[in-house]
Amino acid sequence: MHLLLAFEQGADGVVVVGCMEGDCHYMAGNLYAKKRVQRAKEILDKVGVGGERLAMYNLSSGMGGRFAEIVREMTSKIMELGPSPIRIATGTAARPGAEVTT
Amino acid sequence: MIKAVPKPLEEVIGRVQDFNKVLIAGCDGCVTVCEAGGLKEAKILAAALRLYYTQAGRQAQVDETSLTRQCEKEYLANLSDKIDSYDAVVSLACGVGVQYLAEMYDNKLVFPGVDTCFLGVNEERGLYSERCQACGKCILAETGGVCPIARCSKRMLNGPCGGSEGGKCEINPEVPCGWQLIYERLKTLGQLERFEQPVEPKDWKPSRDGGPRKIVREDLRI
Repeated sequence: MHLLLAFEQGADGVVVVGCMEGDCHYMAGNLYAKKRVQRAKEILDKVGVGGERLAMYNLSSGMGGRFAEIVREMTSKIMELGPSPIRIATGTAARPGAEVTT
Repeated sequence: MIKAVPKPLEEVIGRVQDFNKVLIAGCDGCVTVCEAGGLKEAKILAAALRLYYTQAGRQAQVDETSLTRQCEKEYLANLSDKIDSYDAVVSLACGVGVQYLAEMYDNKLVFPGVDTCFLGVNEERGLYSERCQACGKCILAETGGVCPIARCSKRMLNGPCGGSEGGKCEINPEVPCGWQLIYERLKTLGQLERFEQPVEPKDWKPSRDGGPRKIVREDLRI
């Protein structure tokens, strides 16, 4: 629900980061999150936004380097994909490339 | 409780894609428990439809709401002040709720958003299995609390049949034989002698064989 809301509000891509599998403070919270992300990706494919704009990774709090690497990779991928069809349709894509916000 | 599953998104899109104002109506009853049609599912479907319309360049409005139960007029009445402003409604209630909503607002297009499956239990989250077929004449007292109508693939009243093997049904090795379950339960209860008394032929009139059913409880009516 929140993932779809992000795309509704104009996100070009979304990265979800959960704890390492088997290491979740909420026991299976990250496993449920994985299922939800997968479902959201399927929905995004079916509504023409593209499931590849959403990704989930599992990292521990000590993996800052890998986190930065993933964000750079995802940013690069989204820049290649360009603005989301939502921003194009609503005329909010100011320039051809995707925009990076934090 | 009634168990249902969400309809494929593409099927729902196919139903409503030509409309400009669509209401997604969830139900807080059974379909919320099996996570097929409650408020959360209504919000997800509404968001998905909004994304669909927007990327298609359409100016459409999709709103969501959820009613306490769609099988009661009192709760359906909560839609009366807003339903006229929508071209169509997608009801995420079971088939009962979809029909009652359509009956109450008979000039409104109402589409089902879930497939209603059966009366069953929550074995665990995401795993639901059938326990009752609402046949109208309960024989659980004779069968150790295990229903042969719902749990025997052939609905046999005196089983098991020759297809039972290793406690499983011949239709699928993962489906327990209903009559094996009955046997095990009666054995646990020390009532295996019940197998010496054949279950009498069942009166199917209270089931669907008597046509659409109705209950009239004069003790409850004024």
